Amino acid sequence: MRTATPAERPGFAWAAPALLFFGLFGLAPVAVVVYLSLTAWNGLGSPQWVGLDNWRALPGDDDVTRGLGVTLALTALCWATQTPLALAFGTWAAGHQRARAVASAVFFLPLLLSTAAIALIWKALLDPNFGLPSQIGPWIGLPDGNVLGNRSLALYAIVLILLWQFLPFHMLLYQAAARQIPSSLYEAAELDGASPLRRFWHITVPQLRHTIIASSVLILVGSMTYFETVLLLTDGGPGNATRILPLHMYNQGFIAFEMGYASAVAVLLVVIGTGLSLLVVRVTGYARMTSQREGM
Amino acid sequence: MATRTRPSVGGGIGAALWLVVVAVPIYYLLATSLRGPGDYMADGPLALPDDLTLDNYLNVLEVGFLRFLANSLVVACGSVALVLAVALPAAFAIVRGRSRALRVAFLLFLLGLAVPAQAVIIPIYLIITRLSLYDSLTAIILPTAAFTLPISIVVLTSSLRDVPGELYEAMALDGATNLQAFLRLVLPLARPGVVTVAIFVGLNAWNNFLFPLVLTQSEENRVLPLGLWSFQTQYGTDVPGLMAAVVLSTLPIFALYLFGRRHLLGGLAAGFGK
Repeated sequence: MRTATPAERPGFAWAAPALLFFGLFGLAPVAVVVYLSLTAWNGLGSPQWVGLDNWRALPGDDDVTRGLGVTLALTALCWATQTPLALAFGTWAAGHQRARAVASAVFFLPLLLSTAAIALIWKALLDPNFGLPSQIGPWIGLPDGNVLGNRSLALYAIVLILLWQFLPFHMLLYQAAARQIPSSLYEAAELDGASPLRRFWHITVPQLRHTIIASSVLILVGSMTYFETVLLLTDGGPGNATRILPLHMYNQGFIAFEMGYASAVAVLLVVIGTGLSLLVVRVTGYARMTSQREGM
Repeated sequence: MATRTRPSVGGGIGAALWLVVVAVPIYYLLATSLRGPGDYMADGPLALPDDLTLDNYLNVLEVGFLRFLANSLVVACGSVALVLAVALPAAFAIVRGRSRALRVAFLLFLLGLAVPAQAVIIPIYLIITRLSLYDSLTAIILPTAAFTLPISIVVLTSSLRDVPGELYEAMALDGATNLQAFLRLVLPLARPGVVTVAIFVGLNAWNNFLFPLVLTQSEENRVLPLGLWSFQTQYGTDVPGLMAAVVLSTLPIFALYLFGRRHLLGGLAAGFGK
């Protein structure tokens, strides 16, 4: 008679290739970037140890202090535009009506385009001579129509383009999450005579708070990737009006070949990016939340 | 939300406005790509193109666009294959294994979710040049795969956790080894997760701009997003040509959207859509 031997358990070796690979290209770079920030390196040859020189130079670099401000402003503006609109349109798109399904299919179209494609479309669309501003510029008090070349407007134009690009992704998260909300909650509220706005505020928003946090963290961490859009649209200009910190890092590293100094800026970016997300998670008490279905 | 059948007026108006904001650039993209070069200068940006032409598309194909397309395909397929090859066995071990080392490994992958690729691009450049891989398609594939690996592992482990332990026990009764369980049980059952991961990784590789920008140089190894950029720098005034190039670069993804919308959207929101 055969006794039931428990199934064999896979050992660490099964995960070793993935871990080694990820260690080399994902985790080691974090340590290496800290090391490089303590060196002078022009991209060729070997990095030379210079101690804290790069770090001492950071506070005196106008592009770092100003860039930090622009980065935070851009991140804050993106969060403040993307989050409420994604929440509103995402829950709207969660309805199963035919019109909503058709509209959503259009809403999601920007998801199909790469960052480069989106930046280039908008750059052409905002062209002062042949684009939209050449026609509507005079109406909105911008006779030369040069939106991206205007110190005070360029940043807002970038915020709009990033909203256009990233809103569908966050809508998608909210749409999926809103469909999970039990309809009994809404039925009960309707019996109590709650208005649609009250139902949205007292049922939808609290039920979606996990999604709000996840989406917010993604926006904060994702603000690093905005650098590609800025590079393609304004390259930090006009002047330094849109020179965000990641772009400064890229320019220092790959245009000026001051890789050691650029690494110090990079470490700053890692700290800010992770710090902001941790702050959001802490302030909103994500860790303390136990049940997503509270009140059920 | 199935019970909310009453039309929401506020939502409807807002959605209609946003529909216009989304549609105008898309319309501009398509209309401009079909305009003759003279028409582009003469007509307004939103005028209906009166004289449709496919010349822009033909021009773009002549300046080496197919090469960029092929490179992007290689990078996307290579990244997907590499991720699946290492992530599937790892996910199997993380879900079924009992060792402490595996739990630490999973924790490291979760930690890796927080590392922004942009901020470590300089050490990646260092590693790639030290491996003598600079200016090759492999140079793009390796970091692309590494930075999509954590989410892939999260997606695959969560889809494998749903496999009941009895299935493994039943296979063990028949004397199956780990490898047999992996091949005959895990691979077939992980299919939905594999589709999600493949789309997520593939799209990331297809759209990535930073890694090719920093890790490649020659035209021979140029991928689509860089190709679009260099087209713009080289033929800056040929906006209709550029728009045609953008449309061509998006066609494969658009086809995916038409024929597998659910899978595509699932892949886009991989790991977060739950």
